Amino acid sequence: MSTSVLVSTFLATTIEVIEMVAIVVAVGVTRSWRVALLGAAAGLVLLAVVIGVLGTALQGVPLKPVRLVVGALLLAFGSQWLRKGILLVSRDGWATGIGEESVDDDVPPGFDWTGFVLSFKGVSLEGLEVAVIVVAFGAASDAIGSAAIGAAASVIIVGALGLASYRLVARIPRRALQLFVGALLTTFGTFWAGEGLSVDWPGGDLALVWLGAFYVAAALLLVSAVSAWRRGIAPRHEIERPSPAGAGR
Amino acid sequence: MILWRWIRAFLLFWVDYIFGDDWTVAAVIGVALLATWGLVQADVPAWWLLPLAVLGATVRSLHAAVMRERR
Repeated sequence: MSTSVLVSTFLATTIEVIEMVAIVVAVGVTRSWRVALLGAAAGLVLLAVVIGVLGTALQGVPLKPVRLVVGALLLAFGSQWLRKGILLVSRDGWATGIGEESVDDDVPPGFDWTGFVLSFKGVSLEGLEVAVIVVAFGAASDAIGSAAIGAAASVIIVGALGLASYRLVARIPRRALQLFVGALLTTFGTFWAGEGLSVDWPGGDLALVWLGAFYVAAALLLVSAVSAWRRGIAPRHEIERPSPAGAGR
Repeated sequence: MILWRWIRAFLLFWVDYIFGDDWTVAAVIGVALLATWGLVQADVPAWWLLPLAVLGATVRSLHAAVMRERR
């Protein structure tokens, strides 16, 4: 057992595991826990197959194209959610959808493939990165077992924290949650797509923090801006709306 | 026939997933990704381009959506 490899792998994989858990929790609280967990399970199955087939050859897997494709798809979808979240919060207010009140217009009555794909992509991409870290750290020091234990500890601890945070996150009104999850998905999408294109992010992995702050701040400003635009067009509605008492005739 | 229906549903799912109700945002993101790749190849810092492009496309799309409400 190599303690240094175990600790290094734990620390290196924790950021990837946080990203993975954040996406699964986000899909769970905004769409459905069933599809979030099914997507995560499907991602883990794919991952197990890839690890089983490639083994230590995982080190040679080109991660950049995978990051670019997953990031670009997440960016396209996340920006739609962000836009929709801003429109809905500016229309309905922040407090709509408290508790079990359903406000999701987009979740289909049948199986929610969108939520499934979101969760699946997050788990398979981040899981692949975790597997590559384990192989790289473990093979370099001839301590694959220690590296695997470090990564497993990270998954268990961060996963447990994610589960524990569920009740806290579930208290946030659904409309507000949709907007923040939109910002979260857009943040991950921007970061991963940039990584796939070899963008040199200021702050490295910490770019996730400032990108998230940037998108949340922009969303808050845009909620005010959209409300102002609506107020700007309100007089015309008032003019077009017929008077209930038929005044003016 | 069933296979064709599945393929069609699969394609429609991805079209909706990527383009949603405003294809222009996805188009701007596509162009921004290409431009970012170009800047990286030219060894010019490119980290600012994607966030600004997403923000610009979102502002334009929101404004268009509010204007559509007027009609």
